[in-house]
Parts: sequence; C-alpha cells; structure tokens
Amino acid sequence: MTTVTTLRQRAEEEAGRLPALLARAEHLAGTVLLGEHGRRRAGLGDDFWQYRPMQHGDALRDIDWRRSARSDTQFVREREWQIAQSVILWVDQAASMRFASDANLSTKADRARTLALASAILLIRGGERVGLTGFDLPPRRGQAQISRLAELLSVDTPDDYSEPEARGMIPQSRAIFFSDFLNDPTVVEAALTKAADRGVRGALVQILDPSEELFPFDGRTIFQSMGGGVVHETLKAGDLRARYLDRLAERKDRLEQLSRLTGWQYLCHHTGDSAQSALLWIYRAMDGAHR
Amino acid sequence: MTLFGIGFATPWLLLTLLALPILWLILRAVPPAPIRRMFPGVVLLLGLKDDDQVSDRTPWWLLLLRMLAVAALIVGLSGPILNPEDEDVTARNGPLLVVMDGSWASAASWRARTQALDGLLAQAARDDRRVALLKLTAPEPTSFQTADDLRTRLVGLTPEPWEPDADQVDRAASLLPEGAFDTYWMSDGLDRDTRSALLDTLQDRGTVTVFEAGQTILGLAPARFEEGNIVLTARRAQTASARDVTILAQGRDPSGNPTVLARATAAFEPEAATAETALSLPSELRARITRFEIEGNRSAGATTLPDDSLRRREVALMAGLEDREGLELLSPLHYLEKALEPSADLLDGSLMDMIPANPDVIALADVATLGAAEEEALLDWLEEGGILLRFAGPRLAASDVSRDREDPLMPVRLRAGGRSVGGAMSWGEPKSLAEFGEDSPFFGLDIPEDVTVTAQVMAQPDPALADRVIAQLTDGTPLVTRKSVGQGQIILFHVTANAEWSSLPLSGLFVSMMERLAIAAGNAAQPSAEDLAGTIWRPNVVLDAFGSLSDGSTLAGVAGEDLVDASLGPDLRPGLYQSQDRALARNVLSAESTLTPVSWPDDINVEGLDRSEETPLAGWLLALAIALLLADILASLLLSGRLSGPRATTAAGIVLAALLMPVQPAQAQSTEDAFALAATAEVTFAHVVTGDETLDEVAHAGLVGLSETLFFRTSVEPADPVAVNLETDELAFFPFLYWPITPDQPTPSDEAYSKLNTYLRSGGMILFDTRDADIANFGTGSPNGRKLQQLAAPLDIPPLEPIPEDHVLTRTFYLLQDFPGRYNSHDVWVEAAPPDAEQVDGMPFRNLNDNVTPVIIGGNDWAAAWAMDARGDPLYPIGRGYSGERQREIAYRFGVNLVMHVLTGNYKSDQVHVPALLDRLGQ
Repeated sequence: MTTVTTLRQRAEEEAGRLPALLARAEHLAGTVLLGEHGRRRAGLGDDFWQYRPMQHGDALRDIDWRRSARSDTQFVREREWQIAQSVILWVDQAASMRFASDANLSTKADRARTLALASAILLIRGGERVGLTGFDLPPRRGQAQISRLAELLSVDTPDDYSEPEARGMIPQSRAIFFSDFLNDPTVVEAALTKAADRGVRGALVQILDPSEELFPFDGRTIFQSMGGGVVHETLKAGDLRARYLDRLAERKDRLEQLSRLTGWQYLCHHTGDSAQSALLWIYRAMDGAHR
Repeated sequence: MTLFGIGFATPWLLLTLLALPILWLILRAVPPAPIRRMFPGVVLLLGLKDDDQVSDRTPWWLLLLRMLAVAALIVGLSGPILNPEDEDVTARNGPLLVVMDGSWASAASWRARTQALDGLLAQAARDDRRVALLKLTAPEPTSFQTADDLRTRLVGLTPEPWEPDADQVDRAASLLPEGAFDTYWMSDGLDRDTRSALLDTLQDRGTVTVFEAGQTILGLAPARFEEGNIVLTARRAQTASARDVTILAQGRDPSGNPTVLARATAAFEPEAATAETALSLPSELRARITRFEIEGNRSAGATTLPDDSLRRREVALMAGLEDREGLELLSPLHYLEKALEPSADLLDGSLMDMIPANPDVIALADVATLGAAEEEALLDWLEEGGILLRFAGPRLAASDVSRDREDPLMPVRLRAGGRSVGGAMSWGEPKSLAEFGEDSPFFGLDIPEDVTVTAQVMAQPDPALADRVIAQLTDGTPLVTRKSVGQGQIILFHVTANAEWSSLPLSGLFVSMMERLAIAAGNAAQPSAEDLAGTIWRPNVVLDAFGSLSDGSTLAGVAGEDLVDASLGPDLRPGLYQSQDRALARNVLSAESTLTPVSWPDDINVEGLDRSEETPLAGWLLALAIALLLADILASLLLSGRLSGPRATTAAGIVLAALLMPVQPAQAQSTEDAFALAATAEVTFAHVVTGDETLDEVAHAGLVGLSETLFFRTSVEPADPVAVNLETDELAFFPFLYWPITPDQPTPSDEAYSKLNTYLRSGGMILFDTRDADIANFGTGSPNGRKLQQLAAPLDIPPLEPIPEDHVLTRTFYLLQDFPGRYNSHDVWVEAAPPDAEQVDGMPFRNLNDNVTPVIIGGNDWAAAWAMDARGDPLYPIGRGYSGERQREIAYRFGVNLVMHVLTGNYKSDQVHVPALLDRLGQ
C-alpha cells in the first residue's frame, strides 16, 4: 500500500517537474528562435526538390500522379536529399551538480538540464536528431523525443561526481557535454579522445556556481562534497583562496587545451549569468560545426 | 566583606576569578568550531595544506571579551553592593530602639526619613532583630516586636507639628523598654535642651547612632506689618551658603479656590540665619491670605498663619458735628482716630457714601438721629456683620432717640438728659470703672486708677439691660452696652469719644477695649499673656506637621495666656485661634525663636541622608556579562566567516535583533490633530496618567473592559481608551476621565489645573478613585485620601454628598443601589442636590433638575473590577466565588450607568415629566 502511494506521489512529483523543465527549455529556445531569422537549413523530409521523368527501376508508388496527368509521361517527384545530423548530449547528473550557493541561484544541474533541453528543442526544430550518449536514448526526431529527453534528464544519480558517458556515440555526429568538470580531468580526456577517434566533435559546457569561481570563504571550515564523500578541513579558508583559484584556472585551461586538441569548443558558464547567452553560444557552436 | 567600598554578599565566589587564567589557556588552545560547508569544488582543495600548521587561535581580543564576560558573571553572582551599610548599630544583633524626634522640622524630609527607616527595618528583619519605635513628640508605651510588624505601620507614621518638650522627653525616658538595646535616633536636626539627658540615658543602655537628614531646616517667622508692607522673615538652621527661598502667600481667589496670591523671594546671605523680604499688597488681597509658606518646603515651621495683626479693619468715622474751627483736641473723633490709626484704615465722609464701601466698623460719635434711608442702609449692613460703634455726647443726651422705645440702632433705651457727677456744679466724686465681669469681652483687662467718668447717658432699666452691659461703673450704671443685630452688633459707649465726659479715651484701656472689640484689631505688637488673661480661644484651623491646614473645631479651647506662653504640644497645636471676633495665630516659630542646629558629642556616630545609598550591582554586572556575550556572538560570527557567505542574512538578522533589542521603543509623537481626531471620531474614555505604570495599565484595562461592556450591552460603542497626560493633552474631547489616586503621583501644574477646571465647568466628569475602600472609610485619612484632598483642593468642585438613593445614577440604565468596584464601599460622593429639591407626590424620587455631577469620588477601585484582557477575561479576582462575580457584574452595571449618566445627563430624571407631557399631548 505504502509503496504504491509513495510511488504514485513520486511519479507525480517527477511528472510535475518535467513540464516545468520543458516549459523553461521551450521558453529559452523560443528566445533564441526569435533572434535567429532566416534559418538556412532546410527541414527534413517533405520539401520538394524536382520532378524527373520516370526511369526504370522507380517504384510505382513514387510516381506523382498529379504531375504525370498534365503530360504524357510519368514523373517522379524527387525530394531534397537530406542527411540529418545526430547530436548527442551528455548532462552530468551527479550530486556535485545539485549545488547552489544561494537560494536565488538555480542549481548547476538545473541550469545544465535547461540548457541541454533547450538546445535539444532548437536542434529538433532544426531537423536534427537528438539523443543521449549511452544506450538509453539513441538520437531521434520529433516532439516525443523532447519529452523522453526531459524525462531522462530529470534523473539524479547518487554519485558525487560522474564521468562522461562516451559510449554509444554515432561516428561523425555532434556532441554536447554539460558538466562542472570538477571530476578527475583524465576521464574527460579519455572521453574526448574516444569521441575524437570516432570523428565526433562538439562542445564542452562547464557550468559553475559563482561561489566556486570566487571562493568567498573564511575561517575554520570543513568542506565536503554534496554526497559527503570527499571532505577537506582547513583552519583558514581564506588562505586557500588563491591556491584554489589557481587550481580552478588550471582546470579550465586544461579543458580548453583538450577541446582545442580534439576539435571541440569550450564554454565556461556560471549559474549567476543568463542562460540565454549560453544557449546562443551552444547554438552557434552547433551551427558552426555543421558548416 | 568590603573591597574598594564595594561589599559582597558571597565573597568566596570571587575565588573563582583565579580560574580565569586557566580558562584563558583552554580557550586559547581550542580553535573556534569549524563550519561545515557543502562545496563541490572541494576536489580542487584536496591536498592543499594550510600555511600555518598550528591551529587557528582565537584572537586575543575575543579572548579578552570572553574573559570579561566571565569575570562580570562571577563578580555579579557574588552579590556586589555599592556603599554597603555596615559599621553601625544597624549591623548588630541585639534589640534596636528607633527614636524619632518626629517634630515639624523633620516633616520636610519625612519621606526620605521613612524610606531610610524602612531600609533599616528591612535589614533588621533580615537579621531577625526586634525593633521598637518611640516618637518623642508623642511618646507611647512601646515594646520590641519584629521589624516586619513595624514596617507595616510605617505608612501611618507622621510627624507632629510641635517639638518634643521636657515633659514629653521625660515621659519618653520613662517608657524606654527594659534591658539593653541599641538606639537609632532619627534626629530632626534642631538643638534643644532635653537632648543630652535622653542621650545619656540611651547610651547607658547601648550604642546610639544618630540619623540626620542633612537638609537645611527652614522656618518662617510670623509675618508682621510694617509701614504698609507685610514683612516676612525666613530663618534657617544651617547658615553656610547663600540661598534664595521663595515665600508664597497662599489664599483664595475671588471664586474661593486656593491659589497663590503673591510670592516674594528672601535671600540668605552666607553665614546669615535670617532673611527678610517685604510684600506690598492691596488690603483686599491681603485680607484673603490664609497662610505664608516657603515654596518646596513642606513643614509646619515653614508655614506661618496671618491673624488679625495683618488684617487692617476699615473703620468709617462720623461725628455729629464736625467743628473744624474748634481745637483739634476737642474734636469728637480725635482720640478715636489716634487709637485706631496704627491698626485700621480709616474712612471719612458721609454715611451713605461710606456704607457701600462695606467697612468693618462704623463709628458714630455723638450722632443722634439718622435719616430713614441711612437707618435702613445701616441695618442692612449690620445684618451682614458690621459693627456699629456709637459714642454718647451732648447731642445724644439731648435728643429723643431711644427714649420711649428702643431705637433699632441703639443697644438700650436711654433716660432723658443723662447725668453728670463729680463736676463743679454737681455732687459726688467722678465715678471709676468697675471690674469687668466674666461674660464681658473686656474680662481680664486691668483698669487704671485714673480713669474716671464725669458724665454719661443713662440706660433705662429694662429686663434685657443686664445682658447687654459689658462694662459698668462702680455704682453699677452701664458704661458700655452691646446688642447683636443679625450677624453684626451695636456697641454704645455711654460717654463721649473725646475727653469731655471721661478720661477713658485718654487711657491705654481705651485702646485695649478697642482691641477686644476687634475694632482696633491687632496692633503691630503681639499681645502679651496679660492682655489675653481670662479669654478662651478655640482653634479654628490647625496646622499639621507638613504645614497643611485642617479643621480644628473638634479640639478643645485654649486659655489666652497659654496661647501666648505655653509651648506647643498636643493640647496647643499651631493654628489659627478665635475668640469672639478676634483671631490670633499661634505659629510654630515665634518672632524671637531661632533655629539652632544640633551638635552631637564626638563619640556619637552621625549618619546622614546624603550618605550614598546602598546599591546592589549584581544586576548591572550580569547585564554587562550578557552584553559581552552578545558581542562575543557577533565577533565569533565575524571570525568564522558566518557574517559573509551563504546564510549571512540569517546571522545578520540575529545580530541586528540583538542590537535593536535594548533600544527603547520610540514613543509615537502624534500630532495634536491626530490626537484630536482619534479622540473625537468615536466616544473615547480616558484615564489620567499617574506615572505608576502598573496602575496606569490597570486603569487602561479597566476602561477597555468598560468599553467592551458598553459595546455589548448598549448602543454606546466606544473606541479604545486613551491615557491622558494632564500637562500636555487636551481634555475637552473626553466625556469622562478616570483618575486613580496614588500617593506618589505628581501634582499637576497650575496650567493643568486651569485646564481641569475648564473641563469640569464645561460639563466634563472626573471619576476619582482612591482605590482603598478596603482599608479606609471615606474621610479617615489614608495616604490616598490625603493625596486626593491635596490634588482636588485647587479644583472647582461643588459641594458634595454621599450618593443619595434617588440619584439619577441609580437608574440611568440599570436600577442600582450599590456602586461596587473591586471593593464594595457605600462611600461614593457626588455633587450635592440643591437644597430646594422637593419630592413630588407619587414620584419615587425628587425632582432634581441638576447637571451631570462633575466629580464622583470613591475608593472602590472600579478599574480593577472592570479590567479585561484581550480575550475578555477579567484580570483581577473579586470577592469569592459567585458573590464576587455578582459584584463584578454590578460593577459593570455601575460603569454602564455612569457612562449613560455622562452621555445623557438627566434624561432619566426628566422622565418624571412624562405624565405631564402625555397629559399635554391629550392622551
């Protein structure tokens, strides 16, 4: 009995969260569409390309009967030759992402999911196939895919930090990784190398909280990770600031180096900043990757 | 134990201060507790080492703060007391006798004295000592009892308006309790002979400590009249520095309310014991002065009552024939003028001109007949208390006035012609005066040998004659006769006013007789004992030790010589004494008396009031400790970084709250307009701010309760009651003021009184509540009752009566016969009904067409009975059980009736006219 009710309750909570994420992502995507007129990319599928006389080997069902009726020969309606791009996303679902230094700020996970889903919406509207890395959700098109994405993006994992999922990447596709990349950089390196090996290019979006950027702490402090797995105690937090910032800069530098090596693009985004600018950057990055 | 003038209740606790250095070391070793922070960036921190490997020490100033807090806590708990009382008899353990001089000189500092005594008794109670109290001015048998018992009686302890004389001190010495005891002598500071003997006696029994208030003792000598000015002499006991004292002439204004008629400042030179000042006042104002007092010094010695010596009577003189051409010495009025001039204002003119000036005395020298109009005017004037002084003379002897029938303006009938004895053409010796009889106003006056009478008019023998003779010759013929007319009297000297018929006007006896007749009332010199021998004086008003006047008509009369000579005591209180028409004041200080400060022997320990008071410091130190700990919280938050970073707002809020807490809530300064609007938008009741916070709260809660009751039961829907400050707030907005009385409340200023009087005259009502009906019946002096008398004296209050059964208050809303509050006393006073109120046949009450009574005075503590809290529950218990609740209900009903009475006036009273109105309407 209890399990049923709690399940139901949790399901409703999840369901309630999903539309919110969707709505936020749609809203964010909408702002970008407004700003980007004249999309040069044709949609997939239905666009007319040309009529050509029926040749041997064409199936009867390909004949455009309306056009054929106006003349004596049969014409085949030929559609535009389209190759849909596959974009695969990876969003860090680990505990470290569920951090916000201030009640007014959104958590990093929240920001990452919003950005990911908004990019997905934009890309799907642009006719691409969007999916997740790994094998849970291969790239597909359509509104249903957005819902499925939203659903899977809302799943939290209990780990403190997670490593990028580099499996299941379709060769020559595009990829966007959303994470704080505070984990061991070697795993990111490994993932990116693997992706580059398969010809996958894309963007790294590092999402950081302002407090992680500024380290505004003083006094005797025990820092611990969100899951409590990593603990560091210091007697004078203020003294650590410079060295922490050095390490952070080093980490960012390394990520940038890495992305340059592998042909990726790198963005460091703060939850204190507007999500829209990040989305625009992502959109342009994907756009540029196409061309 | 005492350290640096600070005593400690538990000094051993101070040893814990030794632990402070240890605490310092411990606190130094222990770093501040760490904060746990969730921080995903912690991975970047891994491996980072602190520069300083030693643990982060608490900074020295924070340590100092904490040490101070702990030290303050320890010292505070050890019970420090500033200026502890010790090292005198109060610190011993045996029985203690408190001797009080209890004279007028201690009245000015009486409050401080009783407080000091209360403190002494409190300490004695703590030490479980037995205490006895002996007041030298009124010695009563005394015995040692517990100090707590004695404390309950301190309220009723008052000084007496006299100084202890030898008899009283002897009696006190005989009343001393048995056995050895220590003595605490509360001296009034004045030297007197009886002290040393008593001091020796007391020292035989134990240690003596003397208490002196250290306040300058001021006195006021009787006012004298010099060259048209009133001369006031202030005296003082301590002569060190220059000082100004203000002397107030208190009296009544034309409408009869007490007021300050004049004020004068007397300046004491340094080292001078007396200071004089003169006051020049018109006689009209002078006559209204009831007393002089030194401002700000409430004692009988600083009060002096004026008597006839300050009153200048107006005497109108008129002779039958003004022979301006004749010799001055033969003028019929010459000797009269000489006798009266020093002490009376003389009027001259025609009778019809002088009567409207309403002189005290009209002297007619040898005036025989008067016109009908004059006679009528004179009779009217006599009815109202004039004294008509007539002298015989040739014209009166020759006329037919009062011959066959007694003239209304003559005391007796006269025989024709008069007689002449001892002259050249007659037989016999000139007659001398007989001794004055006991009934005579002249009784006791010495008759000089050389006063002779050679001619006189003779009184017709008459049954009434004997009663009217007040002086006669040796042969029994009347010399002075007197008759009362209304409130006045007619006095006839059967001789002339000049020396023609007798040598009486030449003698000092003539002046004395004028004085006794209250015509030459009071010359500058105070009468001597001989002058007053044989007279009996009854006290009119007497002074208490604080210089307040009270009615003395219940006290026994005093012989004239005692009045002058005897020392003041229970049988002779300072005050104004009256004998027939003369008034004589017996003041505490006579013209000669001086104030000498007492000097005690060196071996006596003398304490003063100026000794700094014992102040417990524990509360302050503990508060300091808490304040330091609060500062420590702030500093710790700052150090640990909690004042910045996440959750800083919470911490800042706490700090801010801590900082703001001690700030006094700012009193809302509403403008007058806002006050007026708030008070007038709806019916609003008000209570007078007494300064006693608890009492004000009770009054407010009471009015809230009354307002609620009215709201539920009647169509009166009052707003929240208002506390009114008499000095600053406008009163006109309030239909009714509730004024609880406490002995400590300040007396309103003159402006406030004029505002109150305006309020009362314009239809406002004040409900005075002495709140002591449980202990005091009305009229018996409780402290509250006395304070009420003092507060209400300057108010324009009509005559009062206990609330009659048919008063409109009994039926304005509910039918009531009792007016209980928390107490159920029937002594509730309202404005008296006019004397002509009559009961109409068939009506249960009188036809009283009066106003709303401007005051209601009672002691039933109504506010406590009405008081409600916010939930409507009564705040104070009343009585027991159901009957108590019933009493509360009746109290509410009284409140409802009261407000109905205030708001509707005599509406219910007017209902007596309902039958007449119906009749007129033809129904």
